[in-house]
Amino acid sequence: MDLTFASLSEISEAVTAKKLSAKEVATHFQQRVQALDPKLNAFAALNPDVIKEADAIDARIAKGENVGVLAGVPFGIKDMLCTKGLATTAGSKILSGFIPPYDATVVSRLKKAGVVIMGKLNQDEFAMGSSNETSFFGPVKNPWDLERVPGGSSGGSAAAQAARLVPGTIGTDTGGSIRQPASFCGIVGVKPTYGRVSRYGIIAFASSLDQAGPMVSTVKDAALTLEVISGHDPMDSTSSQKQVPAWSKNLSSDIKGMKIGVIKEYLSGGLEADTQKTFDEALATVKKMGAEIVEISVAGTEFAIPVYYLVATSEASSNLARYDGVRFGYRAEFPRLSGVELEEFYGKTRGEGFGAEVKRRIMLGTYCLSSGYYDAYYNKAGQVRRLLTEQFIDAFKKCDAILSPVTAAPAFKLGELVHDPMTMYLNDIFTTSTNLAGLPGMSVPFGLSQSGLPIGVQVTGAHFEEQKMLNVAYALESVSSVKGKNPHVI
Amino acid sequence: MIDKKTIEHIAKLARLNITENEAAEYSAQMGKILQNFDMIAKVETGGIEPLVTPTEIEAYWREDQAHNTATPEEMLTNAPARVGNLYKVPPVV
Repeated sequence: MDLTFASLSEISEAVTAKKLSAKEVATHFQQRVQALDPKLNAFAALNPDVIKEADAIDARIAKGENVGVLAGVPFGIKDMLCTKGLATTAGSKILSGFIPPYDATVVSRLKKAGVVIMGKLNQDEFAMGSSNETSFFGPVKNPWDLERVPGGSSGGSAAAQAARLVPGTIGTDTGGSIRQPASFCGIVGVKPTYGRVSRYGIIAFASSLDQAGPMVSTVKDAALTLEVISGHDPMDSTSSQKQVPAWSKNLSSDIKGMKIGVIKEYLSGGLEADTQKTFDEALATVKKMGAEIVEISVAGTEFAIPVYYLVATSEASSNLARYDGVRFGYRAEFPRLSGVELEEFYGKTRGEGFGAEVKRRIMLGTYCLSSGYYDAYYNKAGQVRRLLTEQFIDAFKKCDAILSPVTAAPAFKLGELVHDPMTMYLNDIFTTSTNLAGLPGMSVPFGLSQSGLPIGVQVTGAHFEEQKMLNVAYALESVSSVKGKNPHVI
Repeated sequence: MIDKKTIEHIAKLARLNITENEAAEYSAQMGKILQNFDMIAKVETGGIEPLVTPTEIEAYWREDQAHNTATPEEMLTNAPARVGNLYKVPPVV
């Protein structure tokens, strides 16, 4: 077994059967991180106890304990998720020095399944960005081309996974932050149905849109990881009580007779040539495999971007009000506190602690929620959100899954869009409606551009119908042009 | 363009000190972004209930019991400044 490219279950089975120790696995990937991460900047923090944690897994296996389906598998965790005793900053100066006293539910479930945490992965500040250029820790580079962005906001997760610095990673997705970087870096990224994965301990960006999910190398690894992290959690009031199916066991590439929806409104052109070709080939592939293509209509998809940015910035301005320099994180320096006005205390701390993109979004959200604008903006956005969502629910009466592009073009160059926020926002055209409607969506690598960059296609499922979505992706993966190809950096 | 006075008012509401340069930048950028937001005004939404939670989440009940999840010391280790078991802040009254 080539450990670098081994699947999650291959590693876990070898560790459980004592053919390989968890310590050997952790050491192998730790060395990869040390050798390659200086080029990529994918990690924000490394777990100093990773070998100790691997030793503990080995000790439990030696005692005959059943450790779990991810026994001894190292994972990288996006810096958005709280990890007990390990710095968690959401890529922001305002959380510098914050050491969570508890684990996010996603993290505690991974640990319970035997995962050892390699470290925390770089990201756009508070997950606000599509290029990983807004991080306090500096930009992440795309392993396929170091002059290009890895996508965002889970850019560290995507880059670390693509370069195989770890066998698995976790990202979060509010408007495409798992799927877009997965597409740019040639990996599999899944945003589950809203409510499937607990948000407890995940730093809140936009609470009605946020979901965490796996960013891994294969659809099978994604299904397995999703099983581990899904399920009801009493600590999250929006956590669903639905049973978690055995997605990985039930994975099938037989999609004969399935109905695959194509959104008519997405076919208006505007895709870069290689992306168009990849999408056309994906459609031809599922058709060849016996699936039926069904044209569906979702009127008003052009409103998804404004509705998304209205909802996301409004919720963010409220969620980020907690960063006040009192209980944790960064506090602006004051020679003495007596005589300092409380408003100045908050204002200076927040003004210095937040980066430019986060400030811009707090300003936008505050504006949209301010007196006199609430009805025209947040409320109206909620109404249009319902109209969009109902159309998706109707569409899924006519099809089992929807196929679409993830982005209009492959990874762009670092610095290319950083000064033009509106153009950057328009990048999210194919991903945001999935979050607005709470649907499960994923990116699976399928094509390569002329210059050798990976291009994903997006599969979207009906609420809580992850299996059908995963099966379509599994079928596409079996004939993907990215299969067996790796970025030059490794 | 959003005028400078509005930008200053919003920054104050958001408890966010911003520099002159930032104010000028936001005034231009926010104008452009809000123009995009204004697109949704033309959608007919009479009588439609705004959607907040996008999936059907069944309410559940649990006992209202206190749990010791962390000690005061664990919670306070993250404080930027403290006095004993209290957070140190500017005078409030």
